[in-house]
Amino acid sequence: MQNTHQQSSAADGTPPRREPDGLLLVVKHDCPTCQLVVPALQEMIDGGLKLTVLSQDDPAFPQLSDVDGRCGQSFDSSLERSHRLKTEIVPTLYVIHDGVATECAIGWNRAEWRQLTNLDDLGASLPESRPGCGSLNLEPAHLERLELQTKEFASRRIELGDQEDEFEAAFARGWTDGLPVVPPTPERVYRMLRGTDRAPTELVAKIAPDHVDCTVEKVAINAVMAGCLPEYLPVVLTAVEAACDPVFNWHGLAATTYFSGPVVMVNGPIAEKLGMNSGINALGQGNRANMTIGRALNLTLRNVGGARPGEIDRATLGNPGKLSFCFAENEEQSPWPSLAQSRGIAVGDSAVTLFAGEGPRGLIDQLSREPESLSTSFAMTLKTVAHPKLILGFDAVLVVSPEHARVFKEAGWSRSDLTSRLHSLLTSPPKELLRGAGGCAEGVPAALAEADALPKFKPDGLLIVHAGGQAGLFSAIIGGWVNGDIGSTPVTKRIVQ
Amino acid sequence: MQLLDPSSELKPTHRPRSPRLESLDGAVIGLLDISKPRGDVFLDRVSEHLAKRGARIERYRKPTFTKNAPQDLRAKISETCDAVIEALAD
Repeated sequence: MQNTHQQSSAADGTPPRREPDGLLLVVKHDCPTCQLVVPALQEMIDGGLKLTVLSQDDPAFPQLSDVDGRCGQSFDSSLERSHRLKTEIVPTLYVIHDGVATECAIGWNRAEWRQLTNLDDLGASLPESRPGCGSLNLEPAHLERLELQTKEFASRRIELGDQEDEFEAAFARGWTDGLPVVPPTPERVYRMLRGTDRAPTELVAKIAPDHVDCTVEKVAINAVMAGCLPEYLPVVLTAVEAACDPVFNWHGLAATTYFSGPVVMVNGPIAEKLGMNSGINALGQGNRANMTIGRALNLTLRNVGGARPGEIDRATLGNPGKLSFCFAENEEQSPWPSLAQSRGIAVGDSAVTLFAGEGPRGLIDQLSREPESLSTSFAMTLKTVAHPKLILGFDAVLVVSPEHARVFKEAGWSRSDLTSRLHSLLTSPPKELLRGAGGCAEGVPAALAEADALPKFKPDGLLIVHAGGQAGLFSAIIGGWVNGDIGSTPVTKRIVQ
Repeated sequence: MQLLDPSSELKPTHRPRSPRLESLDGAVIGLLDISKPRGDVFLDRVSEHLAKRGARIERYRKPTFTKNAPQDLRAKISETCDAVIEALAD
């Protein structure tokens, strides 16, 4: 005998239906145990109990003789009542109190039925117990329909007119990033929500600039619009959480005049599970997971948080990655532990790392075969992030391609070897960086003229990740936005289902 | 066809603008530098012009242009000043 959880089912969007108080039995004709218990049902009615019988497959089953209107028989042809009761096995005998089930007995169990009915001799001619059969409402053919029929969404439903085009309707309402979106119908959002164990009502983050609460359901709606599959949703949810971490400073990133937007880097087993691209054209188009996860993040931030271009988003030029900039690391062939592991994530866990970045810039070195030479090429290009004479204010991601990574692998260089070498090469005398030096007004203030040497990046300002196709002696640099306390700090967050 | 609303469903509230100052003479004007390059140059010049018209100037500075002004700074400005000019500098 069990306590039921019918009343708490509203949390998953299926509110309970109020059933008549008394005893309620769910049965189907096509169940030997349900047929077995029919004599006991008649005993209950004859014994003065009020009994409602809900038949799933045959309105004429069971054949019972009513006494003083105590027996109510209903045909649950739609199976909606069974679904709302969360019936898993038939027969199940429920005690209904104040319209909701409070206790139940599953299958036939004489002792339990006697306890629920207070009839000490109930079912004396029946065996002591018999297991039941699967309830029809759980069959796959019915379950999705039932869940959808009974689900209540917190979000407003918008009814389109018969002549209204659903794609144009999304544009007209200002929901898109300039590309068409998949219409977020209740059916699609329902299926998207099955991609996570988290409740639709759960708060994911408070999103700037409007500082509004964003639920799992709102993220799911935007993930549908972006074109995600349900299994991508945990990555999108984690990316939204990471973007709304105060140190990431999404408010400032959303509003900046600079180029940058959120760059999403995915590590761990989930990348392969979702078929994410870390190889050929990793930073480009063509892979559904890469493109739609990044897009879902940006749509959520825009539609829920309110950061729309020309309004709060004041970017002078922007960059195409503000539609979507998301890729996975090629961990399998990397000479180093993954980016996420270098930032504290355990081996075997999946994670997203968010970086406030501009578009990638290419870096060619087809001649270096020694790590000293290749790292010098990296440094020469890294020096140009933001401006060759600006220092310490901007981080960068260095995306090392497989052919370049091989040079370091063969020489036995660790990630920290490369990082140390780059910091060393990227230290400049102040006279080269001062405002006015080299005939250029931009640069560091005169107050730094007496410093010994000035580093380009903060000690933790270089993120190194391995991705790209097997052919091509090219790497890429993703320049950052203003960093640290005055701007954005990269955030790495473990993905949970 | 039904669609679910992807937005925050916020309903903005309309608030009336504060009354405009009738005169600068004796008014306390806050000048807020958001810490962008050359914002101080702009505000120095604005300060000169306002002082000539009889305004009393209070100078403020945000720690960083990338974030909202801290709550205590906003409170101080609103308690002290009759009006505020913010230098966005871009």
